[in-house]
Amino acid sequence: MRLYTISLNNLRRRKGKTIFLVLGLMIGIATIVTLITLTKAMEEDVGKKLDELGANIVITPKSHDLNLSYGDLTVAGVSLEVIPLRGTDISKIYTIRNRENISIVAPKLIVYYKVNKKEVPLAGVIFKEELRLKKWWRLASSQVTLSPAEQDHTMPKVEGRRAFTLLDSLEDRDVIVGAGVAQFLGLKEGQLLEIKGERFTVKGILEETGSQDDVLIFANLNLIQRIFRKGDEISLVEVAAFCNTCPIEEMVAQIAEVLPQAKVMAIKKAVESRMEMVKHLKRFSLGIGVIVVIIGSLIVFTTMMAQVNERTQEIGIFRAVGFRKRHIVSIILLEALIVGFVAGILGFLGGRGFSHIALPFFLSGRGEFLPSGYILAFFAVNLSMALAILASIYPALRAARLDPVEALRVI
Amino acid sequence: MAFIELNSISKCYAVGEERVFALREVSLSIEEGDFVAIMGPSGSGKTTLLSILGGLCRPSGGKYTIDGISLYDLDEEKLADFRREYVGFVFQSFHLIPYLTVIENVMLPMAVVWGQKSFKRKNALLLLEQMGLTSKERRLPTRLSGGEQERVAIARALINDPPLILADEPTGNLDSKTGKEIMELLRKLNAEGRTIIMVTHNPENAAFARRLIRLRDGLIEREELVSLKWVKRLPVGEIF
Repeated sequence: MRLYTISLNNLRRRKGKTIFLVLGLMIGIATIVTLITLTKAMEEDVGKKLDELGANIVITPKSHDLNLSYGDLTVAGVSLEVIPLRGTDISKIYTIRNRENISIVAPKLIVYYKVNKKEVPLAGVIFKEELRLKKWWRLASSQVTLSPAEQDHTMPKVEGRRAFTLLDSLEDRDVIVGAGVAQFLGLKEGQLLEIKGERFTVKGILEETGSQDDVLIFANLNLIQRIFRKGDEISLVEVAAFCNTCPIEEMVAQIAEVLPQAKVMAIKKAVESRMEMVKHLKRFSLGIGVIVVIIGSLIVFTTMMAQVNERTQEIGIFRAVGFRKRHIVSIILLEALIVGFVAGILGFLGGRGFSHIALPFFLSGRGEFLPSGYILAFFAVNLSMALAILASIYPALRAARLDPVEALRVI
Repeated sequence: MAFIELNSISKCYAVGEERVFALREVSLSIEEGDFVAIMGPSGSGKTTLLSILGGLCRPSGGKYTIDGISLYDLDEEKLADFRREYVGFVFQSFHLIPYLTVIENVMLPMAVVWGQKSFKRKNALLLLEQMGLTSKERRLPTRLSGGEQERVAIARALINDPPLILADEPTGNLDSKTGKEIMELLRKLNAEGRTIIMVTHNPENAAFARRLIRLRDGLIEREELVSLKWVKRLPVGEIF
């Protein structure tokens, strides 16, 4: 006979009350688990989609003499007075503390060159990074008749497709041309282009994007660096960071620290809208979570209080036969702990089950975002036990403080 | 010094702005092995007196020593220890825990005492055997008769082998035959050397005691020796 015998037998032999108590807490926990699972999945989904929307950090050389407009940013890439960025700086970006949040690093060298006697800007890029960064790029429909040599090369069908799909077939001397510059120079897909004596093939012409990309010819970075004798010079670096878990300003500061000669800027609009969406989701789930936690705790609290009131005489007996106050508290808290444990497990299973059913409705058939079960199970069970204990502390103390004579009402 | 010494014990309760005295400077000595019956009309203070004797209710004034211990100089937790070590309570309504079996109810005071489970169980079984309840150890109290429940309560009171048994109307909820059996049991426990203090309304029960204390309005009205009546009721061989 130990104190736990009393707690266990009370729960075992007063089944109705125990079930009610477990059920109350279980519903709370199941709701929290469902909310966490759903919002986490939605957050990840939204975050992933948002992170696909391009760069949110731009790195340029520090300069007072800004001479190139790149969208709504002013870039000093071709200025002579500045210390340009170098290829080695790219690897430095990967040394920051939040390096795990870096998704894409897309360096560019922007130079001007006369093609067909017309001066146009050329952007040397790493296609692998650039095409991942600009997933919205689409290729204009192809109307060109390909030469037999080009037909040998497996040319993917480019009609309205995403430019990203070109990635595997792109070669060193292939270029992608913005819609504006293609029209300006009268370029067609498959056409050959001569830049500083080197021949390039127009692999794809982009659909109009309404951005600076429309007036650029994108070519292999290394080749552009070589033929323009720029060494490993870089005009700017666009960085896409996963911002679900990190404040972008922190990453900006971290990059600025490793690249003191560079100007690191967050593209506020992109970042803010991303963070805002995620923040809304988090706030929503937190709000509902807090309400449910309060309701769950209140259920436990009122039930435990009712139990203490019902068990007044019993507590009087315990005190009369020599139980110390802490023994009474132990009995009640142990009961709460057991109830919390059982409710935590059942609540987790219930919540996971419900999320599994509900997730496809929220994420249109995508159920792969269910967060790791073990951590959530651990969290649910611990939260449940903590809630049960917290909600039972006052009833337990109240029980312990009962005057044994009053409690017995007989003696 | 007597086993129990009450010296000018008072107990008053505040009822609104008024102070109501349940006990007024009661002094009393009880020797070890005595069997005392406390009688008196309702509101005379007998329940309060029993509570004070059992370490359940702190008096408003006076001094209470038991076995040389000034009881109410102890803190609440030490008082609980005292009740566990020194006192066995037998209540009118039995006060068994409904969700514990007979044997678990008997072992209840030992739940907070360190010791081997088998040892505790052996003691409890021995007591149940003495109470004639061996076959009912696994039953819940609701499946026992009133007399059986009272015997379980007595076994529980004895599990820690306390020197003092406090009984509050021990036969109040029993028929007269079972009531008499319980009184015989108490008398037997007294004969074994335990001090018994019993509150009762029933003069027949009081006749089992050696001393009778009559309370009225919080004061000891009269003390009587009832040993003669007691001797008369016993077969000669059982007295010594």
